[in-house]
Amino acid sequence: MFIGYFTERPYQDPSSGYFGATGRDITDLGMSNASYDPRLGADLYNRYLDEKLYAEEMGFDGLMLNEHHSTPFCMGQVMNLEAAILARITQRAKIVLLGNILPIWDDPLWLAEDLATIDMISRGRLVTGWVRGTGRESVAHNAAAPYNWERFQEAHDFIIDAWTREGPFRWEGDHYQYRYVNPWSRPYQAPHPPIWIPGVMSRNTVKWAASHRYPYIMLATELGPTKDSYAYYDEVASEEGYEAGTQHRGYLFKVHVDETEELAEAAGRKYVQGPSNPFLEGNQGVVRPFIQNLPGLTQRNNLLPTIKSFAAAASRGRAAQHLAADKAKGGKGAAPPPPRDTYADQTEKYSIISGTPKTVIPRVRHVLETLRPGTIFFWDGDGAMSHDDTMRSLRLMGEEVIPAVREIGKELDLKGPFEVDPQTNEPVEESAAPEPESVQAVAD
Amino acid sequence: MSDAYQEREIQLATGKVHLLEGGAGDAIVFLHHSWGSPGWLPVHDSLAANHRVVVPDLPGWGGSERPAWAREPRDLAILSGRILDALDAESLTLVGAGFGGFVAAELATMRSLDALVLIGAAGLQPARGEILDQMLVSHRAYIEAGFRDRDAYAAWVGEEPADDVRQLWDFSREMTARVCWKPYMFNRRLAPLLGDVPTPALAVWGSEDRVVPPECATQYGEALPNCTVEIVEGAGHLVEIEEAERVAALIAAHVRNSGNGG
Repeated sequence: MFIGYFTERPYQDPSSGYFGATGRDITDLGMSNASYDPRLGADLYNRYLDEKLYAEEMGFDGLMLNEHHSTPFCMGQVMNLEAAILARITQRAKIVLLGNILPIWDDPLWLAEDLATIDMISRGRLVTGWVRGTGRESVAHNAAAPYNWERFQEAHDFIIDAWTREGPFRWEGDHYQYRYVNPWSRPYQAPHPPIWIPGVMSRNTVKWAASHRYPYIMLATELGPTKDSYAYYDEVASEEGYEAGTQHRGYLFKVHVDETEELAEAAGRKYVQGPSNPFLEGNQGVVRPFIQNLPGLTQRNNLLPTIKSFAAAASRGRAAQHLAADKAKGGKGAAPPPPRDTYADQTEKYSIISGTPKTVIPRVRHVLETLRPGTIFFWDGDGAMSHDDTMRSLRLMGEEVIPAVREIGKELDLKGPFEVDPQTNEPVEESAAPEPESVQAVAD
Repeated sequence: MSDAYQEREIQLATGKVHLLEGGAGDAIVFLHHSWGSPGWLPVHDSLAANHRVVVPDLPGWGGSERPAWAREPRDLAILSGRILDALDAESLTLVGAGFGGFVAAELATMRSLDALVLIGAAGLQPARGEILDQMLVSHRAYIEAGFRDRDAYAAWVGEEPADDVRQLWDFSREMTARVCWKPYMFNRRLAPLLGDVPTPALAVWGSEDRVVPPECATQYGEALPNCTVEIVEGAGHLVEIEEAERVAALIAAHVRNSGNGG
């Protein structure tokens, strides 16, 4: 089993008036960066890097990074830079990028070069994932939303070629054209770094991932729909002529561990306070459905629009669809009331697991038994959580939770993609890669 | 269906085109806004009393097949030229509103027309301000901004848009994004080409246009060598909906003054 650590690296500014329990809305793409304080940014970037170093020390197999743009809930707008730093300052952990937002790159050759460089500096510890991005990303980097899926696929195909084909070669595609592809950098890992695909609920992304035999990492989705999505992956795998296993399944979920149940609840409640991801249920941020659901992110290319196409279009802004469905069933078409206590509600359905090791481990076991993923990421240190909250949790994870979860993984036979190769379903040979030289040794 | 007009289809090599057609006489082809053709409008009806009025769904909108390869309004202009050819009309006035005006202006740089009418037309980068970006607002907010005020919007759309209307807006926005994502609603290669367009042109703008700044009327007036500007006081971007009779009269007079339809 592969166990990774993740935080979105929120821009926590207690003085901004936006974050924390100030009552002011955090409206997606509705806040000016005029209040951004680079000195605070400096502290936070260094804090999050320090926490990752400690996570490696505590025994995590992987350090996951993600990327968003023009928003305070995720400081990872140049994720590859953070990855490059981690490549140099860490020794053992995989650097898991989930993922680069392919459609917003106008020059994916540059991305191929970046990632090959990171893979070399880390001596083959890069895991590279790809995402389509939310509407926010398309707006922020002005990538035409209707071509998002086409650009995703073409950029992927191009990067694989740039990594694996001997140059120079030409690329004359629909969205990308190059007269000279011959990057003077190649990935350390052969044929290229492992590719994992994170997702939330996009059916065609699941299908695409399964058809490429890429592990699919579900991001903090509820248990039932997650299980259904894995089942769909399995179905596609079967059509493709292979059997999907635990090595193809990943799951990111919120886990915080603390010294007492009281501390755990106090810290756990901070998941839904401050600039935590506004897409996620119960959080304080407000999304704009028309930006999340930009035209063509879900293609409406039927000739005469039907109600069905509109429902599909509304699906990312969900409300309209749900209200219509409620009406169709004879309801009033009113939104269900929000839970009175979103933390308690999310705790009940395993969206948040926060407690002492004693109470957390059985709940993690339940998730593992229900979903059977070979890869998991604990999502911690988010929202309004402080550095101290995070460090307490990381320490207890290292001392108690990770060892226990590894045992559960063995008991349930949950093999990760570094034990069973998702491309072949064969056991992975022990790495013949040379031991990384220590930073100190190189500095000397 | 009203007997004032009929629906029919034209087959181009690039796909089927759906259009509405009514009246008889010299042809007036009316190109719709980016949010699609809402159907046979009072302004069409007025003009159809003395003209043959043709209202196509631009390729990719409504019932016209999507040209998946199209990437910019100029592609739509080329296709619109083929629609005009297929009409086999002796005299031809091209009217475009909003995005349709952008397409019409592009087409005017490519072929001769008897007359051109641009209503709140996009296409030129405003010297000051911006064209309202529909990609950053809800459908409803965007359409509402097209009217002079909230009451005018509610009078035309109703308090809540009907499902088929919302579908039209949603479906149309994707095609708009396919050809107009960036630069949004203008083409810096258009203005330099307008200087040699001899077509008698009329630019009609609502004085309260909140979508395409009225200053763009002046810019068209200066860029086109033979262009008259008419500002309709108090009207919004959708001046042809708010002031249908007035705009129909302006168009009819322009057609007449251009030496056609007399």
